[in-house]
Amino acid sequence: MYAQLIKTARSGIKSREEMSEQEREFQDKIDNDIKIEPRDWMPDDYRRTLIRQMGQHAHSEVVGQLPEGNWITRAPTLERKAILLAKVQDEAGHGLYLYSAAETLGESRDELVRLLHEGRMKYSSIFNYPTLNWADIGAVGWLVDGAAIVNQVALQRTSYGPYSRAMVRICKEESFHARQGYHAIMKMAFGSPEQKRQAQSAVDRLWFPAIMMFGPTDADSTNSDQSMAWKIKVKSNDELRQQFIDQTVPQIEYLGLDLPDPGIKWNEERGHYDFSDPDWTEFFDVIKGNGPCNTDRLKDRVAAWDEGQWVRDGLMAHAEKKAAAKIAAE
Amino acid sequence: MAEVDQKALLQFLLRMGDNTLVLGHRVSEWCGHSPILEEDIALANTALDLIGQTQLWLGYAAEVQGEGKSADDLAFLRDAWDFRNVLLTELPNGDFGQTMMRQFLFDAFQSVILARLLKSSDTTVSEIAAKAIKEVAYHVERSADTVVGLGDGTEESHSRMQAALDYLYPYVGEMFLSDDVDAAMAAAGVCPDPTTLREEYDALVSKVMANATLAIPANAYTHKGGRTGYMHTEHLGHLLTSMQWLQRAYPGCEW
Amino acid sequence: MKNEWPLWEIFIRGQHGMSHRHVGSLHAPDAEMAIKNARDVYTRRNEGVSIWVVEAKHIAATAPGDKGPLFEPSESKIYRHPTFFDIPEEVGHM
Repeated sequence: MYAQLIKTARSGIKSREEMSEQEREFQDKIDNDIKIEPRDWMPDDYRRTLIRQMGQHAHSEVVGQLPEGNWITRAPTLERKAILLAKVQDEAGHGLYLYSAAETLGESRDELVRLLHEGRMKYSSIFNYPTLNWADIGAVGWLVDGAAIVNQVALQRTSYGPYSRAMVRICKEESFHARQGYHAIMKMAFGSPEQKRQAQSAVDRLWFPAIMMFGPTDADSTNSDQSMAWKIKVKSNDELRQQFIDQTVPQIEYLGLDLPDPGIKWNEERGHYDFSDPDWTEFFDVIKGNGPCNTDRLKDRVAAWDEGQWVRDGLMAHAEKKAAAKIAAE
Repeated sequence: MAEVDQKALLQFLLRMGDNTLVLGHRVSEWCGHSPILEEDIALANTALDLIGQTQLWLGYAAEVQGEGKSADDLAFLRDAWDFRNVLLTELPNGDFGQTMMRQFLFDAFQSVILARLLKSSDTTVSEIAAKAIKEVAYHVERSADTVVGLGDGTEESHSRMQAALDYLYPYVGEMFLSDDVDAAMAAAGVCPDPTTLREEYDALVSKVMANATLAIPANAYTHKGGRTGYMHTEHLGHLLTSMQWLQRAYPGCEW
Repeated sequence: MKNEWPLWEIFIRGQHGMSHRHVGSLHAPDAEMAIKNARDVYTRRNEGVSIWVVEAKHIAATAPGDKGPLFEPSESKIYRHPTFFDIPEEVGHM
C-alpha cells in the first residue's frame, strides 16, 4: 500500500443523529456508491484526509522511481533496460496523475512537494530499502508492485471521483509491472547458481518490507474507521495483506526458492496461509526516518527539485515573453 | 547496386548503433532526477526510442558481421576502443541544459542523416531509417523548443545554455568528418558522405540558436576520435563499466 | 521564487471518428508545451490520434447545486426517446 498510516483528520465516526443535514446527504451518497466530485460539498476532514492520502500516494510513486532507477544504467540487456525504464517512467506518470487528483481539491503540486521535502509528508516505507542486486529489480516489480496492485485495485472503488479515476488508469498501466518483475526473477531463479542466489537474497530481504506496505495490523490501525466509512479506504490492512500473501506464496514456490518466513503454512481451517508477524518496531523506525535509505532518498528528491528550479523558471519566463510579444503584435 | 564492402558496412552500422546506444544510456541516467515530472517522462520517452533504434542498428550490424552474435553481444561485450559513437554522445549529462543542448545538437544531425537514409540502396538501412525518422522528428522539435525556451528564458538559464553550447560545440564537427568507410558507403549508395550534410545541419542549428538568443562559437576546434575508435574520452569507460557490469561479472547467463 | 507552471486539462481523441475525452491534467509553461507534455504523458501506450489542451482556469463549469434545475426537467420528457412509440412490426425497421 502506497499510503500507509494516513491519520484520518478526525477521531471517531459521527452517528447519523450527530450529523448535519449536509453531512447526512454526503454520507448517503457515499453509502450509495455515488462518487464525490471536486466541486461537491464535502466535510473539511474528508478533504484534508484525502489530500494527505493522495499526496502520500503520489510521493510514493515519485520516490519509488529511485530504488528501481538505481539499476537502469546496469540493466543486463537492451530489452531489460527498455522494460525497466518504461516501468520506472510509468511511476513518474502515476505520481503525476495522483498529484493532479490532489490538485482538484485546490492543493498545488508544488505545495505537496514542499511538504515532502520539509519532511512533513511521508511516502511508503518500502522505498527506504535498497536494491542491491539485479534480482531485486525483479522482486520489486513482482512483490512491491504486486502488493501495491492489491491495494490499488480496491482503491478503484474509492469515493472520490478523481482519485478513483486515477486509480483505474494506474491499474491499467500497472498490470505489466508485476508480470515483468516476475519474468525477470524467473530468469534469475532458473539461471546459474549465482543468479539463483541473488533471487533468494532478494526475496529474503524484500518479503517483510513488502508485507509491511499494507500498514500496521487492524488492531493497531486506529485511524481506519472513518476512512472506511468515507470509502477513502476500501479494505482493511489485514484483509489486503492476507490476500497478497495468499496469492504470492505459490509464486515463490514455483520459483523453487525457499520461503522467506518459516511461519508460512497453509491453514486448512481458515483457508488462508498463516505467516509470521513482521518486525513492527522496524516498520515504525523506517517511518520515523531511520530506514536504510531515508536520508538518501529525500536528498535525491530535494536535489532534483532544487537543481531544476532554474529550468522551470527559465521555460516559464520564455513562455511569458512569448505571450507578451503575441499580445503586443495583436 | 554496387558491391558493398561488408567490413565498411559493419563500421557504418556500428557508428549509427553506438551513437544511439551511448546517448540513450546517458539520457536514461536522468530517470527520476529531472527538474519536473513532465520532463522526466519526456526524457524517458526519448531514451526508450534511442534504445529501440539501437536494437535495430546493432541487430543488423551483428547480422552483417556474421559471427552469430546479437545486438546485446555488441552492446555489452565490446570494450571502449571498439565503440564507434561520436564523442558528443558520450559526454556527461552535466546540468539539464547541457543534456538538452547535447540532445538537440545530435537530434538535428539525426534528422538530416535519416532523411537521406530513407533512400539508401540498402533496404534494411532504409527501413530502420523510416521507423527512426518519425521518432527523431519529435525529438528534434522538443529539444529545439527546450533549447529556445531556456536560451531565451531568464538570465541564469541563458548563461547556462550559452555555457553548454560553448562546451559542446567543439564536438559537433566530428559528426561530419569523412573517411574510407564513408567513401565506401557513399559509393555504394548506402549513405551519403557526411560532409554533404553539414549545410543543412548548420541552417537548422543557426535558426534555433538565433531563436534561443545564443551565439555559436566562432572557429570552434573539432574534437575527434569517437567514430573511428582511435581516441574516446575518459567518460566512455565509466559508462561501459556500469552498463556492462552484469554481463561481464556473470558471463554466459540468461537475463 | 514561486512560479508554478499553469495547470492544463488534457483531452484526447482515442481513435478516428471518436470525440475527444478528458484524460487528466498536467503542468506546462504554455499551450505548445502542454501539447507536447500531453503527448509524452498521456499517449505512451498508443492511446491517441489527436490532443486538445485547455488551461484549467479557462474551464467554466456548472455548480453542483444547480443539478436539480439543470438536469432533472429533462427526465420527464420521455417522448424524446424512440422506445416511447410502439410501431407495428409489419411496418418494418424505423
